[in-house]
Amino acid sequence: MTDLTALKYTAEHEWVALDGDVATVGITSYAADKLGDVVFVELPAVGSSVTAATVVGEIESTKSVGELYAPLTGEVVEVNDAVVDDPSLVNADPFGAGWLVKITVDPAAVADLLDRDAYVSLTGGAE
Amino acid sequence: MTELRTTALHDRHEALGASFTDFGGWLMPVRYSSDLAEHHAVRSGAGLFDISHMAEFLVTGSGAAAFLDYALAGAITPMRVGKAKYSLVLAESGGIVDDVIVYRLAGDRFLVIANAGNRDAVATAFAQRIGGFETELEDRTDDTSLIAVQGPAAREIVEATSGIADVAPTFADLGYYACSTGTFDGEPLFIARTGYTGEDGFELLVSNGAAAALWDALLAAGEPLGLVPAGLAARDTLRLEAGMPLYGHELSLDIVPAQAGLGRVVAADKDDFVGKAGLGAVVASDAPLLVGLSGEGRRAGRAGYAVFDGADSEAPVGEITSGALSPTLGHPIAMAFVSPAVSAPGTELFIDVRGTRIPATVTELPFYRRNK
Repeated sequence: MTDLTALKYTAEHEWVALDGDVATVGITSYAADKLGDVVFVELPAVGSSVTAATVVGEIESTKSVGELYAPLTGEVVEVNDAVVDDPSLVNADPFGAGWLVKITVDPAAVADLLDRDAYVSLTGGAE
Repeated sequence: MTELRTTALHDRHEALGASFTDFGGWLMPVRYSSDLAEHHAVRSGAGLFDISHMAEFLVTGSGAAAFLDYALAGAITPMRVGKAKYSLVLAESGGIVDDVIVYRLAGDRFLVIANAGNRDAVATAFAQRIGGFETELEDRTDDTSLIAVQGPAAREIVEATSGIADVAPTFADLGYYACSTGTFDGEPLFIARTGYTGEDGFELLVSNGAAAALWDALLAAGEPLGLVPAGLAARDTLRLEAGMPLYGHELSLDIVPAQAGLGRVVAADKDDFVGKAGLGAVVASDAPLLVGLSGEGRRAGRAGYAVFDGADSEAPVGEITSGALSPTLGHPIAMAFVSPAVSAPGTELFIDVRGTRIPATVTELPFYRRNK
């Protein structure tokens, strides 16, 4: 079980786990629940540069389309091919097997993201 | 902001862990567990839906049939007692105010079920049209609940439900698009073999006071047979696969029945009905027509997306009204209004999916047809 208090969050409902200068990024269970069953994900290419707060991918459910924002500026070093093959992992394990991309980032920038308490209050306590 | 209404089953939905959404002014369950699981359950076993938000009008009196002949697009007088009929409430212009199902309960007694969001529009239209007809109109929406059991196991489930009695004709003898009565815990129960999923199924109407007990009894009888509670998300993908229109998407005041493939619903040879003159005036030769679109891959066109006749053509030839990745078929499906020139089945078109043109083929509706 992921320690959710160790993660950072964005207002666009991404979570970030920092290991050295590599940030693992996914969407929160709140976002996954709101979307419904995820049936398609499009992720950025490995090696591409992404800019904080810009759209880098899409997450489609049976009902709607969600955009994946880059929480931070950096370079994509890995994408989760398991999620591309089986998008239901986003619903089943959003903070674990349903992670989406890994980005090399400036670790100092991570500190500016929301902490757990701030994110929970953003979702009105639903997350 | 107006407070959303809740049905008599709201506590049950909360206890089952439902997520809710605003639908036609009602707070309705969108899903309990998973859209896809609920969708597949309806195709393979059965789903239980709370559709109490829908509007029910009781139309009674010696002039009831004549009134409905005038107020609706279909021929109501020839309906036999115990039958159901899909019909339309038209505006004077010929545009669609709502789509409804009419049940003939007795010679001079009809139940009309309308969409939640159009309750006021239908009530207003009926009140304006009642004129000199010997008819009384009663809006029963607030004191009745409607529960749908849909799926191949539906008949077995309702037959096994404790508390349901005196069903005549029996569930087995009740044909599709027919209705019957019975009792539940001694209270009146109205039963219709109709639905909105493309499956066999029943819609059960009881007083609000009996609704929770009926819901519980159906779940208890149905769970061993694969019954799961199902929300509006599953209902939407099910009806889309079944090619059934949804008001506000495929139907509106700006659409005449023939455009939506509903020309057969209009009894044009009736003496007079509201909308007849409007329909006669419509020159619809170049009006967009409703078609099915079937694609490959997993990216679906959604309501509002533009449709093109070429990978590079500039002017759209149509617009999607509903679209999703079909859970049953595994590929994207959509309904769209397109120019008649590109409406023939087999025509290759393109859907603009957020900047990428995805090929799609015009397909006859429905996308999914159950094995009977």
